[in-house]
Amino acid sequence: MEHIRTTKVEHVKLLDRFSTSNKSLAGTLYLTATHLLFIDANQRETWILHHHIAAVEKLPLTTSGCPLVIQCKNFRIVHFVVPRERDCHDIYNSLLQLSKAAKYEDLYAFSYNPKQNESEQVKGWQLIDLAEEYKRMGVPNDYWQLSDANRDYKICETYPRELYVPRTASKPIIVGSSKFRSKGRFPVLSYYHKDKKAAICRCSQPLSGFSARCLEDEHMLQAISKANPSNRYMYVMDTRPKLNAMANRAAGKGYENEDNYSNIRFQFVGIENIHVMRSSLQKLLEVSGTKGLSVNDFLSGLENSGWLRHIKAVLDAAVFLVKAVAVESASVLVHCSDGWDRTSQVCSLGALLLDSYYRTIKGFMVLIEKDWISFGHKFSDRCCQLDGDPKEISPVFTQFLECVWNLTEQFPQAFEYNEAFLLQIHEHVHSCQFGNFLGNCQKEREELKLKEKTYSLWPFLLDEQKKYQNPLYKPSFSPNLTLLEPNTVSFNFKFWRNMYHQFDRSMHPRQSVYDLIMDMSEQNKQLEEDIKQLEAKIKQKRGRSDAVLVKEHQQSAHPAPVMLKTPPFFKKDQPLIPLNDAVLIFAFAQWCLTRLQREVSVPCQLLSALHLLYQLDSDFPLKNILYKLVLYHTSETNITDNIGKRYQFVIV
Amino acid sequence: MSCSRFLGSVGTIIIKCKDLRIIQLDIPGMEECLNIASSIEALSTLDSVTLMYPFFYRPMFEIVEDGWSAFLPEKEFEVLSSVTDEWRLSYINKDFSICPSYPPVVIVPRSIDDETLQKVAVYRHGGRFPVLSYYHKKNGMVMMRSSQPLTGTNGRRCKEDEKLVNATLRPGKRGYIIDTRSLNAAQQARAKGGGFEQEVYYPQWRRIHRCIERFNILQESLIKLVEACNDQSHNMDRWLSKLEASNWMTYIKEILTAACLAAQCIDREGASVLVHGTEGTDSTLQVTSLAQIILDPDCRTIQGFESLLVREWLQAGHPFQQRCAQSAYSNSKQKFEAPVFLLFLDCVWQILHQFPCSFEFNEHFLVTLFEHAYASQFGTFLGNNENERSKLKLQQKTMSLWSWVNQPEELKNFQNPLFEANSLVIWPSVAPQSLQLWEGVFLRWNRPSRFLDEAEEEMRRIIDYNRFLLDKFF
Repeated sequence: MEHIRTTKVEHVKLLDRFSTSNKSLAGTLYLTATHLLFIDANQRETWILHHHIAAVEKLPLTTSGCPLVIQCKNFRIVHFVVPRERDCHDIYNSLLQLSKAAKYEDLYAFSYNPKQNESEQVKGWQLIDLAEEYKRMGVPNDYWQLSDANRDYKICETYPRELYVPRTASKPIIVGSSKFRSKGRFPVLSYYHKDKKAAICRCSQPLSGFSARCLEDEHMLQAISKANPSNRYMYVMDTRPKLNAMANRAAGKGYENEDNYSNIRFQFVGIENIHVMRSSLQKLLEVSGTKGLSVNDFLSGLENSGWLRHIKAVLDAAVFLVKAVAVESASVLVHCSDGWDRTSQVCSLGALLLDSYYRTIKGFMVLIEKDWISFGHKFSDRCCQLDGDPKEISPVFTQFLECVWNLTEQFPQAFEYNEAFLLQIHEHVHSCQFGNFLGNCQKEREELKLKEKTYSLWPFLLDEQKKYQNPLYKPSFSPNLTLLEPNTVSFNFKFWRNMYHQFDRSMHPRQSVYDLIMDMSEQNKQLEEDIKQLEAKIKQKRGRSDAVLVKEHQQSAHPAPVMLKTPPFFKKDQPLIPLNDAVLIFAFAQWCLTRLQREVSVPCQLLSALHLLYQLDSDFPLKNILYKLVLYHTSETNITDNIGKRYQFVIV
Repeated sequence: MSCSRFLGSVGTIIIKCKDLRIIQLDIPGMEECLNIASSIEALSTLDSVTLMYPFFYRPMFEIVEDGWSAFLPEKEFEVLSSVTDEWRLSYINKDFSICPSYPPVVIVPRSIDDETLQKVAVYRHGGRFPVLSYYHKKNGMVMMRSSQPLTGTNGRRCKEDEKLVNATLRPGKRGYIIDTRSLNAAQQARAKGGGFEQEVYYPQWRRIHRCIERFNILQESLIKLVEACNDQSHNMDRWLSKLEASNWMTYIKEILTAACLAAQCIDREGASVLVHGTEGTDSTLQVTSLAQIILDPDCRTIQGFESLLVREWLQAGHPFQQRCAQSAYSNSKQKFEAPVFLLFLDCVWQILHQFPCSFEFNEHFLVTLFEHAYASQFGTFLGNNENERSKLKLQQKTMSLWSWVNQPEELKNFQNPLFEANSLVIWPSVAPQSLQLWEGVFLRWNRPSRFLDEAEEEMRRIIDYNRFLLDKFF
């Protein structure tokens, strides 16, 4: 709080970033300990988490005030005009301080309190269990075992404690191999393909220089290829461009010499390094942020940024990997330089293409926990969680998400999750609101005691998974272990507007088919349930005599008639209303209205009661009355608020 | 278009279709192959219109409603005259003598008599005097279209023309003239006898120039685009630079921007608009018809869209036969070939893509129209204007596309299940990030679409099931 000098500034203008006529909204700016908040005249709120801020810029003073441009890591860009320069300066300084944490304990995750009790917190962290995941893959087995070599992070600080290696790889081999690998990241299992008995392994580059070799490392690779009974040879994929790998030799690093390793097939796949990726994204954002952009400037900017080329390179590498596994039943060892950026991209995408489990919501969380979090992708450095070296920042994980998005576009029915899920994960990788992505490796996370002091993101995403479910998902589309074979011809790769312009509403389609289908699909499920229950109820009633029936139906309108487990159009915060006919009718009208507007919120009990009424007595002139009511109400804007008031009207 | 080559005794015929599909046939036997190739060649390049398929096509369906008489100007006018009496039908062109590319009946201001029209026609390129294109019921503003005025280098004026144009203005109101050429191009047109309305003579009008490309430049653009899409290359930079070099998306943006401008003048500024380029048969029609789609919800229904095509493209004299002759794979340079109509359909698709619930028709409808404009068993798109069509006796000798489309069981395929009538003006975004390549046309034959089709089917199933459940509920 010591950084906040001004907490509230009035008459601030929020400019529309792309409007050529400088459209703007006036409102009030608030600064809290965690967020920047702007409330415009229409009471619409814009929340910006301090950790999301990538850059704050004060532009030269104009006649209308002092412009302040804030760029966020989730690609939101806001342009404020603050009337007084002093206020602007204060806010500017505060944001500079607040957006750059000096130590982990200052991050939002350590103060975020989602009102979970301790056991829920612990359970949340236990949701993803990697030991369970390896079991699902089929390890340990006759060929692979859990190694305790790194139990105390003695061999490799950036690896997790639990690592799976070939049974024939003895401790001396592991230790020897790790000494021959950059940062000690020796070859370990990343994914095991049960059917093919082939493995995807990962490591860092060998310290081979121009001629050095290491027998243990050679044994290690041999052990991996021998652990695959279906194929004698294995692939070694160096995900770097050949030139980069060769340059590394001068620094005593490099790549495997095929002559020294028996039965390996070595392959470069040419994904560029983090610096190239960072500047590529920078160029992309510069282009897409241009006001009044022409089509050709956009396309040539897209081309010059190289962004889609890089995305394609990553996906192409993954396709190469899965072909080796699925078609040739060969094991593959993947590495880059340190084995935590490109290697994570390729291994995780490969697994996603091979195993449909990772195309489910839970499975995707597992995949990220495994190949990204546990294997030490440096989230803290790459996402600039702390005020650190700007040269370490790189959109490696964003690229992974974009590759997945491309796959969801090509295979609309293969994924249980949707684009919103990917966007939400991206949001939280940068938000530092949950503990999962803090720090650079597991060791660091343990030292920070994240499991005690912060919360895990995954249970929260699971809680609201309805938002992230793909309505078109067909589990039978890809039964267990069916390979996805994406088409990687250039025209399949498109600019991801919903990522890079997520907050620029004016650029999006004005109506979203996907959202509609999602709503309908959800509604269908609930209608099905309701119809089932109502039919049961009717059947029960039909069983009795007619005389009783009339009585029944009169009664049924009064006390809450059919209680349903899943009220479909029921907002949680909406109180239940005492029932009588008038309210019923009104509620129905309201429901119809909201349906017309494609928003649903009405107590389902009322609706069902009404429905029952209608089913029992089809002479009940429901439709006509209601139709008129609906017509009357469509001219009103906000009727959801005041049930009581309208109630009078209905009685009249 | 076809070409053949030989390998041993197997001949290969490659057929490049107007709908952009490429088919390869391997035929054993040289002679057969040559025969087939030459037959295809001959049959696909018929000289005479009357030898074309529509004149031999016998429909296998019963005609419920004859498409030829489905959209008569008189009927359309009835709707207009129910809201305003400021307009009248003029039969001045009933024998096509005043303007060969206009239909026999046009709508003009009531205060302007035929004698005046006759004088104006002389002053406008090809006799295309200003006529009513659209009446905006919401505020009574109108959109007119015409061809360029023939001012020439010495700035000839025509008082009757000024009178006609001004007759569409409300007292004290200004109007906008949207010239679909750049100022430079419009100025150059004077050397050839054309020109534009000068401020001195049209003081109540503000002229705005938009540069919409025409003719061979568009055709080249299409050829380049299709070539880029057919390149199954894995080189991302090449794809993007080819896409850029085709300029297709640039033209889409230009046309949509001009249409938005026209719509804005009418709806937001409350001003009347006159649109023209040079001849008033190409870019003018793109702008007037797209502006109507933006402004008028009726044009977003199937019937309304058909009516729009009939009014603003067929009757308005867009020379379909010249423009849609060979499509993208033509070897020989067709002087008048240009994908003007395809660009229009692409623009409609862009709006449909941005407002997927506001159109009664779906993408398939637009693709079908594209196919039929280039090659069809129906006579609808034959000829270059109503004059030629009446000489060809298309009404008597061929079937109308609408007779087929408007059958209930066919209509089903063209309906958008998400349609909910939307009475609002719909403003599309023209930002490059919002515009998309129309994959349904340009990548249609170049990539496997099974997964996308299945997803589409699933979507339909969810929608149908939703209808079913809701019906059951009430």
